[in-house]
Amino acid sequence: MSTRSNVVIATLAALLAVAAPGALAQKMYDTGASDTEIKIGNTMPYSGPASAYGTIGKTETAYFKKVNDEGGVNGRKIDFISVDDGYSPPKAVEMARQLVEQDGVLFLFGTLGTPSNTAIQKYMNAKKVPQLLVATGAAKWNDPQGYPWTMGYQPSYQTEAAIFGRHILQTKPNAKIGVLYQNDDFGKDYLKGLKEGLGDKATKMIVAEVSYEVTDPTIDSQIVQLQASGADVFVNITTPKFAAMAIRKAYDIGWKPVQYLTDVSSTVASVIQPAGPEKAVGIISAIYGKDPTDPQWQNDPAMNEWRAFMKKYYPDGSLTDVNNVYGYGVARTLVQVLKQCGDNLTRENVMKQAANLKNFDPGTNLPGVFTNTSPTNYAPIQAMQLEKFNGKEWVRFGQVISK
Amino acid sequence: MGTDIMSPIGSWRVFALAALIALACLLPFFISSYHVFQLTLVLVYAIALLGLNILTGYNGQISLGHGAFYAIGAYAAAILMDRFGVPYWLTVPVAGVLCLVVGFLFGLPALRLEGLYLALATFALGVSMPQLLKYKPFEPWTGGVQGIVIVKPDPPWHLPISPDQWLYFFVLAIAGAMFLLAWNLLRGRIGRALVAIRDHPIAASAMGVNTAMYKSLAFGVSAMYTGIAGALGAIAVQFVAPDSFTILLSISLFVGIVVGGLGSIGGALFGALFIEFVPNFAGQISKAAPWAIYGVFLIGLIFVMPMGINWAIRLGWARITSRRRTASAQ
Amino acid sequence: MEELLNQVFAGLATGGIYASLALALVMIYQATQLVNFAQGEMAMFSTYIAWALIQTGVPYWATFFLTVVFSFLLGVAIQYLLLQRIRGQPVLALVVVFIGLLVIFNSLAGWIFTYTIKVFPSPFPAEPPFGQHYVSAHELGATAVTLVLIALLWAFFRFTSLGLAMRAVAQNPVSSRLVGIRVSQMLALGWGLAAAIGSIAGMMAAPIVFLDPNMMSGILLYAFAAALLGGIDSPGGAVFGGFLVGVLENLLGAFVVGNALKLVFALVIIVGVLLVRPSGIFGSVHVTRV
Repeated sequence: MSTRSNVVIATLAALLAVAAPGALAQKMYDTGASDTEIKIGNTMPYSGPASAYGTIGKTETAYFKKVNDEGGVNGRKIDFISVDDGYSPPKAVEMARQLVEQDGVLFLFGTLGTPSNTAIQKYMNAKKVPQLLVATGAAKWNDPQGYPWTMGYQPSYQTEAAIFGRHILQTKPNAKIGVLYQNDDFGKDYLKGLKEGLGDKATKMIVAEVSYEVTDPTIDSQIVQLQASGADVFVNITTPKFAAMAIRKAYDIGWKPVQYLTDVSSTVASVIQPAGPEKAVGIISAIYGKDPTDPQWQNDPAMNEWRAFMKKYYPDGSLTDVNNVYGYGVARTLVQVLKQCGDNLTRENVMKQAANLKNFDPGTNLPGVFTNTSPTNYAPIQAMQLEKFNGKEWVRFGQVISK
Repeated sequence: MGTDIMSPIGSWRVFALAALIALACLLPFFISSYHVFQLTLVLVYAIALLGLNILTGYNGQISLGHGAFYAIGAYAAAILMDRFGVPYWLTVPVAGVLCLVVGFLFGLPALRLEGLYLALATFALGVSMPQLLKYKPFEPWTGGVQGIVIVKPDPPWHLPISPDQWLYFFVLAIAGAMFLLAWNLLRGRIGRALVAIRDHPIAASAMGVNTAMYKSLAFGVSAMYTGIAGALGAIAVQFVAPDSFTILLSISLFVGIVVGGLGSIGGALFGALFIEFVPNFAGQISKAAPWAIYGVFLIGLIFVMPMGINWAIRLGWARITSRRRTASAQ
Repeated sequence: MEELLNQVFAGLATGGIYASLALALVMIYQATQLVNFAQGEMAMFSTYIAWALIQTGVPYWATFFLTVVFSFLLGVAIQYLLLQRIRGQPVLALVVVFIGLLVIFNSLAGWIFTYTIKVFPSPFPAEPPFGQHYVSAHELGATAVTLVLIALLWAFFRFTSLGLAMRAVAQNPVSSRLVGIRVSQMLALGWGLAAAIGSIAGMMAAPIVFLDPNMMSGILLYAFAAALLGGIDSPGGAVFGGFLVGVLENLLGAFVVGNALKLVFALVIIVGVLLVRPSGIFGSVHVTRV
């Protein structure tokens, strides 16, 4: 080989070495992404029966505004389009189609509600548009094989309930369990998880399963039924309003079981205070995030950051509503995913990065609880810790439990 | 309140109708598939509103619970398609017949209820429907709270159109047939009997009209229309769940016929456009209070156009044409 | 036995809530012969006004009084501004207005006050009276308030000329006008009173069921069932109906059909009463001349 061809080859190789990373770092976009902006779609129940959760969408909108004020993500502003679906599945389908086909968003984020998400899941996967970090605790969002474009966020109800089940087995193996559950997918999913956690002893231990509807004005009757069943452990699967009623009524009729309360309803301000803190002593719950009204997080730096953010960007939002903490945490998680995408903003890469979160902490998780995803694990948060209410605040005990 | 079934068909109206049909057939090729989907929903609602109008507009029986029949039709289609593998086009007539029977049966006790009381009874039906749909013993069929997901049909015979467009034409054809049926039904003896029962029930029965039979039939036919709409709606949205059929749906349907125009067939189309697009529009003005604005529209229209959009247009048109006539007469 | 007693008392407590809203429904019916679908939402909205007043530091009973007055004026306004203007229109127009009001009040409350549930104070002590554990002091107190209201209403209709005039207008507006009664004034008075009663119902219910914009939507159907069962034109009957519905619902739910069909139960009562005996248990039977 002549020296000349060596030089040519070497030059070519050098050129390739310089050009190749440049080619790899070329910007790649799908609909909704450009040099200056990233369009994200979201549906929330701003009206209708579940409108209490609409504040999550408002928190997320406020957070993305803050991110934009600070320069955006990798220099791009976030255009967050959040619309009302009234918690009605047909409306959710219509809005999802509008966002994807009309507004041309890159992906959907944080859509709320099991029925709404179920309605759009097939469509999103058929269109290959990411349905990210959905705001529901149903277990079915962790199915990378079946629905590779859909991903959940919070620990599923089944995970949480199984933790309770196993704890009951450990601490009170001869317990008689009475369950109060909301008659919808939240309640039923939870009940299923509880039975899984109890294993073969489930049918023997559960002596009463009593349901209620969200349209019921009170649940006093159900509590009376549970007391009459002779249960000495009470698994309270309720949303905040009903949880407060249940705690209060159980105390008032003199029923003192060991009570397990769902994470969804464990906040001090929305549930414990209205019920009466003295009536809630000894209740056990499990959480993965920080309750904004729990005194132990009064001076926590991450929570103070959240409070400062709320004061500046969402002053109408309540500082005692845990939904606003949730919205902040999940929005920060999304920003992390976008940061990891860099300049490759294709839908495929967004999904890939969403499945590539390693030990991320949005600041709103408990110490020891981290957000982790992988191509075979679409459940970002799976760890929780048990806690007990001592009349004033929740005291965590035991270890952080992962699945 | 008159009805438009009595007047003879002028050539202008035939021309307008033909133009409308031509537009409806051509439109899907010029607009996005999302808009085609929305128009399909408009047609679905129009069929449902036509049904409700037969009962409330023409026959004077107020129903605040027609969402229940829509739900029955929708679930019938979903269960047949998902659990029994019935082809989608067959579920529509089955849903229709089922709702015809159910509606007729509901119409029998409704014979004894008048005005506000019937409104109250149907309101109660509409409120409690989701609970019935969630009922545990029915779960193996209804899927309980989780609902049923169904697959959108593909165009047959390898036609070069998208599934959205095919579904639109399918619904358009059925809507056309239903409108034709209603027009035929209502401009003859049956229509006159229904209106007579609404306006002068005692005189009507004194003249030999079998009030009970007509009223129950009106309920049945009305339910059939709404049930067919429900089935088509389920196929379009590809999902049914109890949360899709709350009292808000019944209220929307009721609002649709009042706004569109009671006792008119064309009114069903206006009403459908209203209930499909106005909530979205109101949601853009203020995300927090879309229903409030919806309600203000409702009350406002009652004051400004108490007989609905259809009548306002006809009145306006009549004024214009009469002015032209007097002008040309001078 | 213990469970039975508990269920009955719990049913009476919930029934008390139904009874107070049913009373407002009956009031409207007695004054105007109308079934007001928006009564629950109006009551809820009034309760929010009360909540707002309490938040700014106004003491409870002053708030109570102010809210009742505000609600009265609201009812009068609705009659004069809306219903007066559509007089003579078919029933459908009325139903449209009612549904419109229902929807407006519900979303206005959500818009102004947000959807997070709020705690509403009770004027009654927190400890259950007489050391028993079947009913709380508030539930007893609320029931007492409802009974006082019935007594006041009964006295008003029976012994005052204003009450007589209202009843006359409801039954025969044409003749009433001929004898010099101002019909629109009487109707407005009726609306005002009904709205005021509704606000009291809301303020009594809120400490139990917590305050949120959808607070009354669950209760409305049961209140209708109660009013129909007891007699849509009998205040005492409506209250009795409320307690009956509450107890029956609990007993059936606990021992017979399970908890998943309570709304269907209300539907059955409504349709059943309307078909079998539309005047209810205590209402007066109307005979229409053909």
